[in-house]
Amino acid sequence: MVYNLTVSPDFSPEHIAGWYVFNTWLQRKLGYRIHVDLYDDFETQRQAIADGKIDIVFANPFDAAMLVRDKGFTAVATAEGQRDEVVIAVAADSPVRRVEDLQPGVRIAKTQDPDINLIGMILLEPADLSLENTVAQAASTYVLVAKHLIQGRADIGFFLKEAFYDLSQVIRKNLRVLVTSEIHVVRHALLVGPRFAEHGESLRRLLLGMPGDLPQGPGVLESLGFSGWESLGEEDTQFMIDLMDTLQE
Amino acid sequence: MDDMHPSQLAGTDYREYTLTYFEGFSRRVLVLDIEKSYPDGKLIVSRTDTKGIITHANQAFVEMSGYSEAELIGQPHSILRHPDMPAIAFKDVWDTLAQGKKWKGYVKNLRKDGAYYWVFASAVPNVRNGVVEGYTSVRRKPSRKRVNECVPLYAELRAKETGHGL
Ligand SMILES: Cc1cc2nc3c(=O)[nH]c(=O)nc-3n(C[C@H](O)[C@H](O)[C@H](O)COP(=O)(O)O)c2cc1C
Repeated sequence: MVYNLTVSPDFSPEHIAGWYVFNTWLQRKLGYRIHVDLYDDFETQRQAIADGKIDIVFANPFDAAMLVRDKGFTAVATAEGQRDEVVIAVAADSPVRRVEDLQPGVRIAKTQDPDINLIGMILLEPADLSLENTVAQAASTYVLVAKHLIQGRADIGFFLKEAFYDLSQVIRKNLRVLVTSEIHVVRHALLVGPRFAEHGESLRRLLLGMPGDLPQGPGVLESLGFSGWESLGEEDTQFMIDLMDTLQE
Repeated sequence: MDDMHPSQLAGTDYREYTLTYFEGFSRRVLVLDIEKSYPDGKLIVSRTDTKGIITHANQAFVEMSGYSEAELIGQPHSILRHPDMPAIAFKDVWDTLAQGKKWKGYVKNLRKDGAYYWVFASAVPNVRNGVVEGYTSVRRKPSRKRVNECVPLYAELRAKETGHGL
């Protein structure tokens, strides 16, 4: 049997190779064949999941809700210390000082990342802004979100906090943070589907032992950009999903 | 729940009310006309059991309510009830959750120090293996315009309930 592994399309581009390295390590450790399938966008990935093609997924918290509640996936682990927080930024010379200064018609540069866009819109509610009275400026990467701001094609931009602080100094010098979310609960998670469920526990043990798995473990983690994995239990997962649920329409 | 005392307040110019709760007991609350503004970017999160007893409160909840975590856990959620809130709003919360649905609305909450804070709140049932085990509520910074619309509406509902005015 061959299993399929996929990664939320919002992973940072510099870690694509890392997921292949991870998969090679994983197959050797588990002794099963696993194939990596990466999708360019959330829609295609969701379709593949709906078609039952995916067994292991590093999922966006937005999708995790659907996977756990509707598709019988269970959470195994999450990247140590990582949380999905949002930065809303403006161009450094923007007259906007606080969220409440924003007016209807504001142009928002954003990626497709669903949880970042959801949280971003929530941070705009104090200014009475919603999808109905704002204009989206689509960008395929966070660097392009920054470009929209700097070149004046958008008034504010939604960033995954990590991606914002990964921007080069030169770019960041031209931007200013308007607000940063402090939610602490929302994060990506590695989930396994029903066909892989019986191996979930051994996968969890492997991941938690990765930093000490010499010689390869630490290097593989580094190529993913993680310091390690944290176990994610059933109730913690359900809590995160309940929280995401309260934030949706 | 203990009665409030002037010594715990952030000011001296307070009004006094006696609230009677759904469960039948009463509590003396003291309120000040001081608003504590909602912190940017944060969510206030709490969970309760099926009776509305607080089982979890995050750091933002502790900061905004003025109570310590130890003071909150095990207390009814109505420890935050402000006398300006109409009872019918909370009846709607419980009726909606009982139907397994999500509730959303604007709420004025009472702090331990007598000041108040407005939130846009949302609550969902926590369903585990088909059984409702409790509720989660998440509050965010509200739109001032919406809050200003709620103030006269709640005052009117409140006046009807207490039989004063109108
Ligand atoms: C998850 C959840 C969160 C609640 N949050 C609040 C709150 O923040 N403030 C509040 O006054 N009541 C809140 N309530 C409603 C209280 O349980 C209670 O109904 C209300 O304070 C009115 O008191 P009474 O029902 O005893 O009359 C919440 C209820 C639930 C289930």
